[in-house]
Amino acid sequence: MPTAPKASKSRAKSPKTPAIRQAVVVGGNRTPFARSNGKYANASNSDLLTAALDGLVARFGLAGERLGEVAGGAVLKHARDFNLVREAVLGSALAPDTPAFDIQKACDTSIEAAVAISNKIKLGQIDSGIACGTDTTSDAPVALNDELREVLMEANRAKGPADYVKLVGRLRPSQLVPEIPRNAEPRTGLAMGDHQAITTAEWNISREAQDQLAINSHDNLAAAYDRGFMDDLVTPFQGLAKDDNLRPGSTMEKLGSLKVAFGDPETGTMTAANSTPLTDGAAAVLISTPEWAEAHDLPQLARIVDAESAAVDYVHGHEGLLMAPAYAVPRMLERNGLTLQDFDIYEIHEAFAGTVLSTLAAWESEEFCTEKLGLDGALGSIDMEKLNPVGSSLATGHPFAATGARLVATAAKQLHERGGGRALLSVCAAGGNGLVMILEA
Amino acid sequence: MADRFAQIVQSDIGAKVADLLGLPKPAQLRRYSPGDPLVDGVALIGGADGGTLLDEAASLLVSAGVETAEEPSTHESMRYAAVVYDASGITSSSDLDELYRFVQGGIRSLARNARIVVLAATPELLEDGKHRTAQRAIEGFTRSVAKELKGGSTCNLIHVAPGAEQGLDAPLRFVLSGRSAFVTGQVLRVGPATDTLPATPADLARPLDGKVAVVTGAARGIGEAIAETLARDGATVVCLDVPQAGQSLAEVANRIGGEAFQLDVTADDAPTRLVDHLVQRHGGVDVIVHNAGITRDKTLAGMDDARWDLVLNVNLIAVERINDELLSREALNEGGRIVCLSSAIGGIAGNRGQTNYGATKAGIIGHVEVLAPTLAKIGATANAVAPGFIETEMTGKMPFGPREVGRRISSLGQGGLPVDVAETIAYLSASDATWVNGTTLRVCGQNLIGA
Repeated sequence: MPTAPKASKSRAKSPKTPAIRQAVVVGGNRTPFARSNGKYANASNSDLLTAALDGLVARFGLAGERLGEVAGGAVLKHARDFNLVREAVLGSALAPDTPAFDIQKACDTSIEAAVAISNKIKLGQIDSGIACGTDTTSDAPVALNDELREVLMEANRAKGPADYVKLVGRLRPSQLVPEIPRNAEPRTGLAMGDHQAITTAEWNISREAQDQLAINSHDNLAAAYDRGFMDDLVTPFQGLAKDDNLRPGSTMEKLGSLKVAFGDPETGTMTAANSTPLTDGAAAVLISTPEWAEAHDLPQLARIVDAESAAVDYVHGHEGLLMAPAYAVPRMLERNGLTLQDFDIYEIHEAFAGTVLSTLAAWESEEFCTEKLGLDGALGSIDMEKLNPVGSSLATGHPFAATGARLVATAAKQLHERGGGRALLSVCAAGGNGLVMILEA
Repeated sequence: MADRFAQIVQSDIGAKVADLLGLPKPAQLRRYSPGDPLVDGVALIGGADGGTLLDEAASLLVSAGVETAEEPSTHESMRYAAVVYDASGITSSSDLDELYRFVQGGIRSLARNARIVVLAATPELLEDGKHRTAQRAIEGFTRSVAKELKGGSTCNLIHVAPGAEQGLDAPLRFVLSGRSAFVTGQVLRVGPATDTLPATPADLARPLDGKVAVVTGAARGIGEAIAETLARDGATVVCLDVPQAGQSLAEVANRIGGEAFQLDVTADDAPTRLVDHLVQRHGGVDVIVHNAGITRDKTLAGMDDARWDLVLNVNLIAVERINDELLSREALNEGGRIVCLSSAIGGIAGNRGQTNYGATKAGIIGHVEVLAPTLAKIGATANAVAPGFIETEMTGKMPFGPREVGRRISSLGQGGLPVDVAETIAYLSASDATWVNGTTLRVCGQNLIGA
């Protein structure tokens, strides 16, 4: 693989003080996202991820090329997919000697992968890499009932006929009910939407504001498709060319007629329209040194400047499940000497419209910012025109592990298109995790 | 859609049955693969006195290692794989018998899949009236010979402008080789000569080495074959198609080590985006193949604006706009090649229900004629290829009757393959075809329609 000779020479001269290099986003690719049990009902995570990688390879003419590393994963994984990413690489047009590893951090999976790849690049360990993620709720792993599994495991350890007889006595019809993965927190038993409903109510986010955010997301995404913005971000898969969750041209009246999906049926504000549906899809983003991109005559859309993780204690009710980014952002701003208003684009993952609006409300709250974040005052508000300008998860859908890579590529391309600027990326995740990132062009 | 009939009559039993019933017997055509000899056997070569092309032709055959003979053999078992005759020296109609006698000598001992090639001076450029008439007569002779040939053999005529003899190599090599399997009964034109001399590719097995090519409509069918063929010949291929075709486009691009570029060529900003991409990614482009095309058939009485506009926009207007942008930004490299897809049936013959399509495909012929003189100044060329009945997904969906007729009414008695069109485009794209400019070449097996 061609390496910039200058960079390697200077590293060789002063190995003790390696300069931190730059990591740039070259471009991205994803499959269109499909609503669960629809177009991709028969596609596995491996199929989806391989397609996303192949589309990326084709876009940048990298067939047969060895990259430094491919990192990514899926949230809902079959046991056989223990090496999902490496297997997808082997099935893709990339050189088979491209290393790969799996990570899993719920909805932060592929943005965490982007951090991993960019850190390796910045440290000089690799020159290029792909961060990626995939998820399907249509081909989700269905596990044996835990009790039945225990019986079978003991049968495996049994020494003689007597043991088997004893074990047969432990079999019950109820054990035939399989264990289906649920979108619920293990420690609270609450669905993610139920958690968000608590937070949404706490921050007094109105139904109208959430519905308006959903309408904007759909309209922005539709406009992006119409003007060809998505042409080099998406490659069709299995006959689907656009996200099939996309519903442009909706109205407040239409969305206002929907029933409450999460929270109190009477006073709740969260509906199917202002919450993301279960979706299948995969996304990938190519990251490299500027020199590698230049040597391959490839674009450099934006630099990955910094990233920050946070987590919140949602178990004991101290904070909302999806509020971790509210904590991560001020720490990252502080480290980079920036204010919340110093950005041209805000790409905030729309797990629920309520999540985005609660986070923004928290940053506007003097009380929250001083008491919870320990700041002198409120971070303030942002220009809503700069929020998710080409739509986000409410419109595209949200295959958990794919969302981070989608965000990184989308934000980088927007910065490049406007000829420079700075973007703030934020992705909340299950388990009270959150990860935020700064891109600059 | 496989041509089952051709497969059956190519078998031993099938051939016997076809003979009994008097059915046509389409031959299995000799198609090129890298490493093949230029001519698979002995070439009979000759010419009329005073001709200007025999030396050039003979030295090409010698350098390609082809065994040649100047007199028909007396051995009955002798079979010629090629017959090459330089008729440019025939200056009066009374001397045309030399041509008839020489080719007759060859045709009586012809191998299967043989090549008959007649070389002549471009009649329109001759000043002497008798000379011009005689040279013009040759075309009727070769077109008729092509219709008499069997066993996959072809007959073509090459018109060379006076002074452009050095440009003969590219078309002669093409019609002799397996690359021209489905080209017969045609006139290939060379010249006039320009300041840019034809350059024989350093490696004839990879004539497009180091070149960057764009192929529109590359996701499937003929476009896919063009992309594969140009890549096989050494080019880095930017495969372009509408975003909806992106999945198969990516598969094609990855298979040939090229790039996928999803773009609707009719979008307002399509020319800008394409040229931006080519300049930024490759510093320009060497070959652009305008293959993307659609049909929206309706007789004129029932035609509507949507059908008319869509076909015009995709097949002709987008081609003009992209070429304009390429040229105004000087993104077509020196020695560049523009190849556009016309249509033998729609564009040359005209076709019921295809006033829109026919207009665009005839317009393409005009477009390359218009571009040619401008491009010649930078050693570049623009040519069109007009396919006849080609076995594709599209023709596979035709009703049985018209499909069978479409196949059998050509001199080769079968439909062509996408690769036949692709090989013709590869020939026009190479650096030695510099003096082939502004022409339209049919790849149709000498179909009766669009002659």
